[in-house]
Amino acid sequence: MEIGGIVAYLVSLAILAGIYAVFTLGLNIQWGYTGLFNIGIAGFFCIGAYASALITTPMPTGIYAQYVHQIFGWNLPFVFGILGAALVCGFIAFLIGIPTLRLREDYLAIATIGIAETIRLVFNNEQWLANGPRGLMGLPQPLQEWIDPKHYNYIYLVIVLLIMVIVYLLIERGIRSPWGRVLRAIREDEVSATMSGKDIFHFKMQSLIFGSMVMGIGGALYAHYTKAISPDVFTPLYGTFIIWVMLMVGGSGNNKGAILGAFVVWGIWTGTNFMTDLLPYTLKARAPYIRFLLIGILLEVILIYRPQGLLGEEKKISKMID
Amino acid sequence: MAELFVYGIVLGSIIALGSIGLTLVFGILRFANFAHGDLMTAGAYVALFLVTDLFRWLGISNENLGPLSLGWRMVFAFPISMITIAVLAILLDYILYQPLRRKRSSTVVLAMASLGTSFIIQMIVLILWGGDSLFYKPGILRPALELSFGIKIRPDQIFIILVVLFSITALHFFLKYTKMGKAMRATADNPELARITGIDTGRIIQWTWGIGGAMAAIGGILYGIDVQLHPGMGWGFLLPLFAATILGGIGNMYGALIGALVMGVVQQLSTAYLLPTYKSAIAFIIMILILLIRPQGIFGGRT
Amino acid sequence: MSLLKVTNIIAGYGETEILQNVSVEVLEREIVSIIGPNGAGKSTLLKTIFGLLTPKKGSVKFQDEEITGLSPDRIVSRGMGYVPQVENVFPSLTIHENLEMGAFIRKDVYQPKLDEIYSLFPMLLKRQTEKVGRLSGGMRQMVAMGRALMLDPKALLLDEPTASLAPLLVGVIFEKIMEINRTGVAMMIVEQNARETLKISDRGYVLAMGRKVFEDTGEALLKNEEIGKLYLGG
Repeated sequence: MEIGGIVAYLVSLAILAGIYAVFTLGLNIQWGYTGLFNIGIAGFFCIGAYASALITTPMPTGIYAQYVHQIFGWNLPFVFGILGAALVCGFIAFLIGIPTLRLREDYLAIATIGIAETIRLVFNNEQWLANGPRGLMGLPQPLQEWIDPKHYNYIYLVIVLLIMVIVYLLIERGIRSPWGRVLRAIREDEVSATMSGKDIFHFKMQSLIFGSMVMGIGGALYAHYTKAISPDVFTPLYGTFIIWVMLMVGGSGNNKGAILGAFVVWGIWTGTNFMTDLLPYTLKARAPYIRFLLIGILLEVILIYRPQGLLGEEKKISKMID
Repeated sequence: MAELFVYGIVLGSIIALGSIGLTLVFGILRFANFAHGDLMTAGAYVALFLVTDLFRWLGISNENLGPLSLGWRMVFAFPISMITIAVLAILLDYILYQPLRRKRSSTVVLAMASLGTSFIIQMIVLILWGGDSLFYKPGILRPALELSFGIKIRPDQIFIILVVLFSITALHFFLKYTKMGKAMRATADNPELARITGIDTGRIIQWTWGIGGAMAAIGGILYGIDVQLHPGMGWGFLLPLFAATILGGIGNMYGALIGALVMGVVQQLSTAYLLPTYKSAIAFIIMILILLIRPQGIFGGRT
Repeated sequence: MSLLKVTNIIAGYGETEILQNVSVEVLEREIVSIIGPNGAGKSTLLKTIFGLLTPKKGSVKFQDEEITGLSPDRIVSRGMGYVPQVENVFPSLTIHENLEMGAFIRKDVYQPKLDEIYSLFPMLLKRQTEKVGRLSGGMRQMVAMGRALMLDPKALLLDEPTASLAPLLVGVIFEKIMEINRTGVAMMIVEQNARETLKISDRGYVLAMGRKVFEDTGEALLKNEEIGKLYLGG
C-alpha cells in the first residue's frame, strides 16, 4: 500500500473512532458521572441516525417514490439533522426515564435494552417509516459540493473532531459546575439530606437526557459518514457493547479517558483485522466473531483487574467537592 | 384464538425454565444476569453437538420415538447438556463473578460483566456453528393432532409441556423438602442472616448457578425442538425472561412461573394483531407497565 | 471461667471508628447486659464479636481461642449464636424450616433439639407450618431465638430482643431468656429496656460514645444513682 492509501485508511479509522468517542462521552455523562446503567445505546444510535437522515434527505419523487418510503423528508442542511437527532433522542430518553429512574439501576438497564430492541424492530418492520429493512441511502454530506469526493474524508474528519471537542468542552463545563457535583453525589449515594427523592429524580433525568442527546449526535455523524443506513447496523454488539468496552477501557468518570478508550478500542478492533489473513480458509468468514470474543474478554479482564480503566477517574473534580 | 392460547402455554413454559433460574440468581446474588438467555442458547447447542455429532459417531440410533420428532439421542442429550451448562454456570461464577464479589464491586458491575458473558457465549456459538438457523432434525414437521375447538397441536409440543411440568415439579420438591433447597430459599430471603445461621452461602451460590444453568439448558433444547436453533435465540429471550421475573416478583420462583406463562400467552396472542417479530416488543411494553404500576411484581418480592 | 473475652476492640464502618478500645467479658452461664444510649456502639460490638465486622485492633477470644476476624459461619460452628435486632428470621420459610436452618451445619435434622425448642416455645409447635413472614413480632422473636439455639450454643448474643414488642410480650421474652440461661447458655444482651434487663443480669456494662464507662454487677448498676439518672431514665 502506498503512503496515500495508508493515510486514507488512517483517516477513515479516525473518523469512526471520533464518532465512537462522541458516544463514549455521552455514556460517560450517564454512567461515569451519574451511575445510570444504559445498555440500550444502540437505540439512541439508531434514532439519531434515522432522525438526521429523514431531516436532511428530500422526499423521494417519481419512480423512486415507488421503491423508497419514508415518513417525511425535509431536505434541510446537515446542522438541522444533528440538532433534530439530539432533540428526538432527548425526548425518547425522557420517556424511558419516567418509569425507570426511581427504581433500582438494573431496571433502567433492562428497560434500555428493551427500547433499543423495540426501536430496531420498528424500523425493520414499518416500511412507511424509513423504508424498512432496506433502509435509507444517499444521505447528503456537509460541504460535499465544494470538495473532490476523493478527498472528502479529510473534511469530514475535521467536522467529527470539531463536534467531539465541542461535546467534550460542554460536558467538562457541566460536570465542573454545581450541577455536575450533584450528579457525582447521586452516583456515590452521598446526596445531602436537603435533597428530596424528587430532586434526585430530576437530576438523573437531566443526565439521562443530556447523555442521550449526545448519543443522538453520534448517530447522526455516523449516518452522514456512511451515507446509507439500515436497521441491521444498530445491533447490541456494534451499537452498545463496544461503546461500553471503550468507556471501561478508557476510564469511566474521565472525559479524556472516554475519548482515549474510543480510539484505543477502535484501533484494536480495526487492527485485529490482520488476524483474518492468518486464519485457515474455513474460519475466515467467522473472523469478526473471534475478534468480538477478544473484545468481550477484554471487558471482563478490565472489570476484574483494572476497573478504573487506563486513565482512572479525574481527581480534580473531587477536590472541588472538598 | 384458542390455538394461539395453547401455543402461548408452550412458549410460556419454555420461558418459565429460563425465568425460574433467572429469578433464583437475581434473588440470591442480587444482580441482573444478562447472560441467562445465553445459557439457554449454550444448552441448545451442546445438545445439537451431541445429537448430530457425538452420538452419531457413537452409533446411537436416531429413530423417532413414537409420534415425536426426536429419538434416543435427544433423550440422552438432555441430562448431558444440563450437566454441562450447570458446570459452565458454576465455572463462570468462579472465574468471573466471585472475584468481582470479593472486590465488593457493585451489583451493576456484576450485571455489566454478565453482559460481557452474554456476548462471549454468543461469539463462541457463532465461531463453532456459524450464524445460520439450525435444526436438531431436518425434515418435515410431524402432523399436528386435532383437538377440540379446532386446536392443532404437534406431539412435540405436548412433549415440551410435559418436560416442563416434570422439571418444575422436581425443582419444587427439591426446594420444598431437601435441606439444600430450604437453605437456598433461606439465602434468597436474607443472605446475611443465612451466614449468621451458619449456612455455607458459597455452596448455596454454586447450587443456584447449577440449577439455574440446568433449567436454562432444558429450556434452550425445548425451544430448539419447537422452533429452531440460532446464536441469538437466548438474547431474544432476554426481555420475556426479565418481564416474567419482574411480573412474578424478584426471587419468587412460583411468581416467575406464572409470569412466564402470562408472557408466553400474551406474546402469542399478540400475533393475531401484530407481526410475529414484535413479540419481544410486547414483552417489553408489559414490563414497562409492570414497572409503572407494581414494580414489586404481582406476587411480591424485592424491588 | 471466661467464656467470651473481648479485649481493646477498635471497630467501625469504613473510616468511622465506632468502638474505641472496648473490653468486655462473659463468664460461663452468665447473663451480661450491655446498656447505653442510642449510637453508643452496642450493636456494633455484637456484630464485631460475631465476625460481621472486622475490628481494626483488638482481639475476641471464645473458649480461650482467638476468633477475631473469623467469618460468622465459622463462629457459629464453634458454639456461639447471634440474634440480630431486625430481619432475624427467614420470612418465606415456615417456623419449622426456620428452626431446621439453625441446624444447617449438622448432618442430621437434630430432632431432640427441635423437640426441646418446641417445648420451650409451645406456641411455635402449634403453628409450625406457617410462614414466618405472617407472624407477629413476638412470635418472630421466638423463632429467631429458637433458630439460634439449634446448635446448642455455649453463648448467645441477643440484640434488643424486646424492641418494639407489646409490654405483655416483653415479660414473656425475658422469662424465656432466663429459662434458656438455666440450661447453661451464657448470654450477652444489648437492650433499650435497661432496667428490666439488668434485673436478670449477673453483670452489666455501660457503653457511651463507643467507650466503656461503667461495669458492675446488675444489681449494683441498678442501685447506682448516677447510672440511673444518665442511662435508666431517672
